[in-house]
Amino acid sequence: MNVLGSLAVASLLAGLGFVGGQVAGLRPVFGTLIPYAAFVTFLLGVSYRILVWMRSPVPFRIPTTCGQQKSLPWIKSSRLENPSSTLGVIGRMALEIGLFRSLFRDTRVELREGPRLAYGEARLLWLGALLFHWSLLFVVLRHLRFFLEPVPAVVNVLASVDSFFQVGAPGLYVTDVVLTGALGYLLLRRLVNPQVRYISLFADYFALFLLLGIAVSGILMRYVVRIDTVAAKQLALGLVTFSPVLPEKVGPLFFVHLFLLSVLAAYFPFSKLMHMGGVFLSPTRNLANTSRMRRHINPWNSPVKVHTYEEWEDEFRDKIKAAGLPLEKE
Amino acid sequence: MAEEAPKPEKLAQVDYRPPGRDWRDPAVELRKGTFCYSAAPKHLEYLGLPNPRPWQPSDADWKLPADWKQIILAGMKDRLERFRSFRLFMDICVRCGACADKCHFYIGSGDPKNMPVLRAELMRSVYRRYFTAAGRLLGPLAGGRELTEDVVKEWFYYFYQCTECRRCSVFCPFGIDTAEVTMMGRELLTLVGCNINWILEPVANSYRTGNHLGIQPHALKDSLDFAVGELEEMTGIRVEAPIGKKGAEILYVIPSAETFGTPHYYTLLGSLLLFHAIGLDYTFSAYASEGGNFGLFTSHEMMKRLNAKIYAEARRLGVKWILGGECGHMWRVVHQYMDTMNGPADFLEEPVSPVTGTRFEHARSTKMVHICEFTADLIRNGKLRLDPSRNDHWSATFHDSCNPARSMGLIEEPRFILRSVMNRFHEMPENTIKERTFCCGSGSGLGTDENFEMRMRGGLPRANAVRHVRDRFGVNLVACVCAIDKATLPPLLEYWVPGVSVAGVHELVGNALVVEGEKERTTDLRGEPTGAGARAAETPAHE
Repeated sequence: MNVLGSLAVASLLAGLGFVGGQVAGLRPVFGTLIPYAAFVTFLLGVSYRILVWMRSPVPFRIPTTCGQQKSLPWIKSSRLENPSSTLGVIGRMALEIGLFRSLFRDTRVELREGPRLAYGEARLLWLGALLFHWSLLFVVLRHLRFFLEPVPAVVNVLASVDSFFQVGAPGLYVTDVVLTGALGYLLLRRLVNPQVRYISLFADYFALFLLLGIAVSGILMRYVVRIDTVAAKQLALGLVTFSPVLPEKVGPLFFVHLFLLSVLAAYFPFSKLMHMGGVFLSPTRNLANTSRMRRHINPWNSPVKVHTYEEWEDEFRDKIKAAGLPLEKE
Repeated sequence: MAEEAPKPEKLAQVDYRPPGRDWRDPAVELRKGTFCYSAAPKHLEYLGLPNPRPWQPSDADWKLPADWKQIILAGMKDRLERFRSFRLFMDICVRCGACADKCHFYIGSGDPKNMPVLRAELMRSVYRRYFTAAGRLLGPLAGGRELTEDVVKEWFYYFYQCTECRRCSVFCPFGIDTAEVTMMGRELLTLVGCNINWILEPVANSYRTGNHLGIQPHALKDSLDFAVGELEEMTGIRVEAPIGKKGAEILYVIPSAETFGTPHYYTLLGSLLLFHAIGLDYTFSAYASEGGNFGLFTSHEMMKRLNAKIYAEARRLGVKWILGGECGHMWRVVHQYMDTMNGPADFLEEPVSPVTGTRFEHARSTKMVHICEFTADLIRNGKLRLDPSRNDHWSATFHDSCNPARSMGLIEEPRFILRSVMNRFHEMPENTIKERTFCCGSGSGLGTDENFEMRMRGGLPRANAVRHVRDRFGVNLVACVCAIDKATLPPLLEYWVPGVSVAGVHELVGNALVVEGEKERTTDLRGEPTGAGARAAETPAHE
């Protein structure tokens, strides 16, 4: 139900983009209006979500420590897994965000006869996730050539590195293959692994189908149903320079690509995709383990009722006295 | 209770296949042995908590207050605004499932709602329905779920089936910590009066008398006097165990279980002997006679109420700094909460070891030092005379307790001590120790008898790793630095790995410690003969 439903919605959206690109009256809507609206939604939405997170206080210093603390000078502390300085935290976050350090720890447990629990390495999810995110970043950066004129040298270098294998013409981008392959793996894993399938929601499949739709339509445009890239660039440049144009030559497939991207952008702030911003703010990761070195301030530190020493002594005075223990008031 | 529980062979048959039923169906089967009994109304009354009434989880009617739904939703809103962790962890999970088989309760039960991701989704689905635009508009399509009485029951079942051990948060790519979610869940349940007795009774006792069991000042004195007497019999040395001594240099705070429970008690003996050997000027307190803090398992406010006694007592007695004993969750509170909640401790001094002169700079603000940090420093500086052969009857492994490992990073200190005081020490497999350590299955206030089956299930991964080193190296002792471990590992090991005992690190320190003026030590602190082979008969035949 979740799988088919989200596939249906994603397909419907792709179809809508196709139609939008065909019908002359709709082209300005799909080629200009919707992309602008989506972009604004994305910017405002993401900023708002991050603002809400930033404004909510971090009352306690609660890092998850994954290594030796800094205590006695002769015990080697784990600077990255249990950072005690800002530099350490930056290192930990860089590993987390750039290399998915925590996911790299993944293991798979198996209960065998005996009973005996066996722990096996399970790095496939880490690899799939890492390849997906990095290739997506490359693809996005490569796309800058559509939005900038002249194209910065860096983007050209990126593109030539990406088509390093020089297969076919136009050159096959490695990231295109990797991105689609990784997305396919992530989808397949959701479908095949019974536990992951059990926890998956509509939104989980929807994000994957949307991304796959964008990737596949892009690949088709480059390698199969070749489109006029000059026209595509005209349109893209028009959008970023606020002088939108709608060249006749951009085909319907381009509109599918653009519309799905618009949907993704507009959907982003309301979805789990916000983990992109959230990962930077996770208090179990971005705080140094200095809880006993420096006092952490809780802005709302709740006032509470306590059982004071005086009340306690009053209640147990006779017993304290009988036991010969010292009293404040005899 | 244990007799009624299923046999280990049966419990080890875990079915990991998810059921056909959608998880969003909240119906829970409260099976005997897998949940904890409700808190007695008198404890709620004493603590001023809402909705005290007689009820049991097995009742059809939980007698929730009429406006329970508004109370919970308002409580959620309040907490979403006060805790970035809570709001963020509600928002950013991608349900990748990396956490799924990291939870000891999932491994031991196969119940998908024990996968950390789903445990949090029980809360997240309600969050989405009432606190996100998409959820309010689209409901189930946006992953939202109505808050019903059945959901409250489901929350109760699963938030009291999580030991807040934080193992999942080690593996989560975003550091999502289920303990944070469980803590909020328990706070919300507290707002409508759904507490368990095994937590609230110790909380009420601690609040009133100063410790979990409700030991009153004179009884504490008796216990310590008894310990002093026993120690004298075994070692020929009469130590001091002062209570409430004003002007002492150090206030020593322990989990109260050390004064009456075994094997905790032997740890107390070990530390008494150690303090005597180094001539430490310290004092116990009858008012702050509990380091443990079951408030942590109730609400942040309750944690603060109980924890306040430690600084208050340190100030009253005029000590320089505070030393803390072997206790797991106590150290989560001391390390991550105490200074923020009840500080600043500007009336204390930066801790300095009076024996070695070492400044404990890492504790310069909170002014409280872990006894393992203190003792490791003594040993490193050659201040203790140790005879490790006195522990030759033990072949030990070390169980990292969740809180010191994952909320502090106290990993090498106890290992250094153990390697110094004994000859036979073997680590359990890497996947089960240090930051990846497995919970005893009974932490966070779930160590009660009526919950026996679930405890055995949750403790399976820990026990299984112990079994590995028992069979491989002949390990017959699990050393640990947690009072809950000392109470709950013995029945766990008896169930899954018979023949393995449990001890505190400072019990083993006490065994090895050569003290000036002692008589010939023929027994360990348990009063049992020492030396290799002394326990050979007890080591079971290997399968």
